[in-house]
Amino acid sequence: MTNESKEFQELVEKQQAGLLKPKDRFAIPAQEMPAQDALGRRSTMSEVALGYTPMQARLEAMRCLQCKNAPCVEGCPVRIRIREFVEAIANGMFQEAITIIKENSLLPAVCGRVCPQEVQCQEKCTVGLKFKDVNQSVSIGRLERFAADLSKGCGAVPAVAPTTGKKVAVIGSGPGGIVVAADTRRAGHEVTVFEAFHKPGGVMVYGIPEFRLPKSIVQEEIDVLSKMGVKIVCNFIVGRTRTIEQLMKEDGFDAVYIGVGAGLPKFMNIEGEHLVGVYSANEYLTRANLMKAYAFGRGADTPIAVSKNVAVLGGGNVAMDAARMAVRLGAENVYLVYRRSEKEMPARIEEVHHAKEEGVRFCTLQSPRRILGDAGGHVVGMECLRYDLGEPDESGRRRPVAIKGSEFVLDVDTVIVAIGNDANPLIQQTTPGLEFNTWGNIVVDDNCKTSMEGVYAGGDIVLGAATVILAMGQGRIAAAAMNQYLAR
Amino acid sequence: MSFKILSKRQLSENVFQVDVQAPLVARARKAGQFVIVSPDPDAGERIPLTIAGANSAQGTIRLIFQRVGKATAQMAELNEGDALGYVAGPLGRPTHIENFGTAVCVGGGIGIAPLLPIAAALKEAGNTVVSILGARTKELLILEEEFRTLSDELIIVTDDGSYGRKAVVTEPLETVCRRSPKPNLAIAIGPTIMMKFCCETTKKFEVPTQVSLNTIMVDGTGMCGGCRVEVGGKTKFVCVDGPEFDGHQVNFDLMMKRMSAYKALEQKAYEAFREHVCKIGLHHKTTI
Ligand SMILES: Cc1cc2nc3c(=O)[nH]c(=O)nc-3n(C[C@H](O)[C@H](O)[C@H](O)COP(=O)(O)OP(=O)(O)OC[C@H]3O[C@@H](n4cnc5c(N)ncnc54)[C@H](O)[C@@H]3O)c2cc1C
Ligand SMILES: Cc1cc2nc3c(=O)[nH]c(=O)nc-3n(C[C@H](O)[C@H](O)[C@H](O)COP(=O)(O)OP(=O)(O)OC[C@H]3O[C@@H](n4cnc5c(N)ncnc54)[C@H](O)[C@@H]3O)c2cc1C
Ligand code: SF4
Ligand code: SF4
Ligand code: FES
Repeated sequence: MTNESKEFQELVEKQQAGLLKPKDRFAIPAQEMPAQDALGRRSTMSEVALGYTPMQARLEAMRCLQCKNAPCVEGCPVRIRIREFVEAIANGMFQEAITIIKENSLLPAVCGRVCPQEVQCQEKCTVGLKFKDVNQSVSIGRLERFAADLSKGCGAVPAVAPTTGKKVAVIGSGPGGIVVAADTRRAGHEVTVFEAFHKPGGVMVYGIPEFRLPKSIVQEEIDVLSKMGVKIVCNFIVGRTRTIEQLMKEDGFDAVYIGVGAGLPKFMNIEGEHLVGVYSANEYLTRANLMKAYAFGRGADTPIAVSKNVAVLGGGNVAMDAARMAVRLGAENVYLVYRRSEKEMPARIEEVHHAKEEGVRFCTLQSPRRILGDAGGHVVGMECLRYDLGEPDESGRRRPVAIKGSEFVLDVDTVIVAIGNDANPLIQQTTPGLEFNTWGNIVVDDNCKTSMEGVYAGGDIVLGAATVILAMGQGRIAAAAMNQYLAR
Repeated sequence: MSFKILSKRQLSENVFQVDVQAPLVARARKAGQFVIVSPDPDAGERIPLTIAGANSAQGTIRLIFQRVGKATAQMAELNEGDALGYVAGPLGRPTHIENFGTAVCVGGGIGIAPLLPIAAALKEAGNTVVSILGARTKELLILEEEFRTLSDELIIVTDDGSYGRKAVVTEPLETVCRRSPKPNLAIAIGPTIMMKFCCETTKKFEVPTQVSLNTIMVDGTGMCGGCRVEVGGKTKFVCVDGPEFDGHQVNFDLMMKRMSAYKALEQKAYEAFREHVCKIGLHHKTTI
C-alpha cells in the first residue's frame, strides 16, 4: 500500500468513526481538479476538466466541517442540502449523495460544471473564510459534478402521476424550460416544449462550448424528458409559427412557461463594427458549437473565420468561452480586451485560469475606440485606449477612465464582441397583454407569474443575463405555481 | 414533423421550385416573410429562403431557390418524396400591404421569386402593379407567366437582349418614375448591387422604395447579429427588424462587403460537394 493511500485509509476510518477533528480537516489539502494538459487541449474540443477520482472526492468532502448552520446552503439559489450530500460523499455513499442533490436540482452534472460557485455556495463556506481565500473553500461544485457523473447513463426516469388532462406549453428548452417540463410532467400534465432552434438545450448547447460542458450531458437530460413523455418540438418559433394566444385559445394549452432566454447581442456602436471579421460572441459560438463550424469541410457546412489574431471584447464567461474557442479554432494570438481590471471580471475564476493557461492574453484596462478595415472591408486592426480606475460607480465597481493620448493599434483580423445581450423583442411584439419592463424583460411576481392568466416566465428573459442555476431555480418556482394553478 | 417535398420543378438551369409540407408555416405566413431551412437535420447550414407562396389547405409552402452553393445544391438534389432536414418560420416582419395607388415591382434574377408574393398581395389590395423583371439571359428568367397574370403592365429586360429589351432594370424603372403621376411606391428585390442602383434611381424622383435584404443569417431569430446592416445610420438586424427596409436609408456598400465574408470558404464546401456528387454518380444529367 502506498503512503498516500495509507493516509487516505486512516482518514476514512476516522471519518467513519466520527473522529475527524476540524484540525484534521483543515490539514487535508484542497484537491486540484485533474485537467487536460494546457498545450494539448488547445487543439481539441473535448472537456478540459476531467473530474475527481473517488479518492479525491472523498478527501475533498472530508474537508467539510459539517457546520451546524451550513452557510453554504444560503449561497445556493436552489438550496441544495450541501452539508448532507458532502457528508455522504465523505462516507463513500455516492448514490445517496446524488439522491440528496436531486431533491433540489435537476441538472447537477451541468451546475456542478458551470455554476459560478465562488460567488454562490463556495463564497459562504466556512473553510474558505477560515483561510481567507475562496479558492480554499470546499469544492462543492466539483463534488456535485462527481456525484452526478457517477450516476450518468443510468437514465433514471422520474415517476409521472396519472394523467390530469391538462396541457402545458414550455417555450424555450434552456435550463429553465427543462426544469418546468420535468416538474409539470411529473404532476401528470401533458407537456410540450417548443424550441426555435433545430436542437434543444438553449444556451447550454449553442453558447457554452463542448470543452466546458459536453453536449452529451445536456442531451441526456433531454432524453430523460422524452422518456417521461414530454413532447419536444424543434423549429417552432413561438410568436411566429404560433402565438401564445393561439396556443392557449386554439390549441388547448392551459398554462404556458416562457423561457426564451435573452437573445439580441449588444454591440459597442463604434466605427468599424460592420466590417467582415466582427462577430457577436453569440454568432461566433453558435457557428462553432451548434453548427459545428470547427468541423467545416468535414461534415459541417457552416463556415467561420479562419483567424490569426483575435480580439475578444468583454470580461464575462461568454468572453472567456469565445476566446478559448478562438484558440481551438487555430488562432495564434487571442487578446481579451477588458475595460476594467481583472478583479472586476465577472467570469468564473476557473475560466479565467483556464483561458490564461491556454495562452489567451489579458489586456485589461483597455477599450476599443474603433475597428480598422482594409479596402475590401476586412478587419485589419483595432484602435484601443488605455484606462485607469477612478471612483466607484453605482455598481460599486471602480469606474474606468480613459487616459488621454494613450491610443494604440492592436494587430487583429477578427473581433468578437462579448458585452452582453438585450432582450429579444419577438414575444413582446407578438403577445399583447403581457407586461414588460423598460429593458424588455418580462415582469413576474414571486411565483414567476406574468400579467397574463396562466402564463409564467423565468430565466434570462426575466432576469436579464443570469445563470443556469438561477434559471433553473425560477423554473422550479414557476412549475410549482403552474401545478397549483392547474389543480384548482 | 417531416418536411416532405410534394412537388418539384426546375425553372431554369439553376433555379428550382419546391412545394414543401409545413402546415403551420403555411397557415401563419404573410407576404414578405421567409423560413430558415436546412437540407440536413444535423450538421447542414441554416439558410434563409423567402416563402414564395403557400397553400394552407394542402399545408405546403413554395420555395424557389437558386443553386449557388453547398446547401442549395444539396437541396436541388432532393426529389419529390424526399424531405428537407427542417423548415422553421415564418420569420421576419410581413410586408406592409395597402392600396398605395401604383406600385412598381422590380425583380432581378432570383429576386423575382421573393417579389412574387408581395406583388400578388399588392395587386389584391387594389394597387395598379407595374412589374419590371430582369435576367442575365432569356433562359434565366423565371415566373414570367405568374407576373404576366397579376401585373397591369409587365416589362422584361435581359442583359444580353436575348429576350425583352436589352437593358438593366434601372432603365425602365427610370422611365416609369418619369411618368405623371409618378408611382406611389417601388419595391426592388434582387442582387444587392441592383437594389442599390434602383434606390439611387427612385431617390431622384422621391418615390418611396422598399427593398428586401438577403444578408447572411445564422439563427434568423435575432440571436446572433450576423445579419446586421446599417439603416439610417443605425444597426438593424435583418431577420427581426426586416427583411424589408426603406431602401433610401440602407448602406448598401457596407452590406456588400459583409456579404462577401465567407466567399472563399463557401466555394470550398461547394467544390467538395460537387466532387462528392460526381464520385457517387448522382444525377449525371444535371450540370452543377
Ligand atoms: C457563452 C455563454 C456562457 C455562459 N456561461 C455560463 C456559466 O458558466 N455558468 C452559468 O451559470 N451561466 C452561464 N451562462 C448563462 C446561462 O447559460 C443562461 O443564464 C441560461 O442558459 C438561461 O437559461 P434560460 O432558461 O433563460 O434559457 P436559455 O438557455 O437562454 O434558452 C432559451 C431557449 O429558448 C429558445 N427560444 C427563444 N425564443 C424562442 C421562441 N420565440 N420560440 C421558441 N423557442 C425560443 C432559444 O432558441 C433557446 O434555446 C452563459 C451564457 C453564454 C451565452
Ligand atoms: C431573407 C432572405 C430571403 C432569401 N430568399 C431567397 C430565395 O427565395 N431564393 C434564393 O435562391 N435565395 C434566397 N436567399 C439567399 C439564400 O439564403 C442564399 O442563396 C443561400 O443561403 C445560399 O446557401 P448555399 O449554402 O447554397 O451557398 P453558400 O455556400 O452559402 O454561398 C454560395 C455563394 O452565394 C453567396 N451568398 C451566400 N449567402 C448569400 C445570400 N444570402 N444572398 C446572396 N448571395 C449569397 C456567397 O457569397 C457565395 O458566393 C434569401 C436570403 C435572405 C436573407
Ligand atoms: S447548484 Fe451551484 S450554487 Fe448550488 S450547490 Fe451546486 S454548484 Fe453550488
Ligand atoms: S459551509 Fe463549507 S464547511 Fe460548512 S457545511 Fe458548507 S461546505 Fe461544509
Ligand atoms: S440571423 Fe442571427 S440575428 Fe439575424
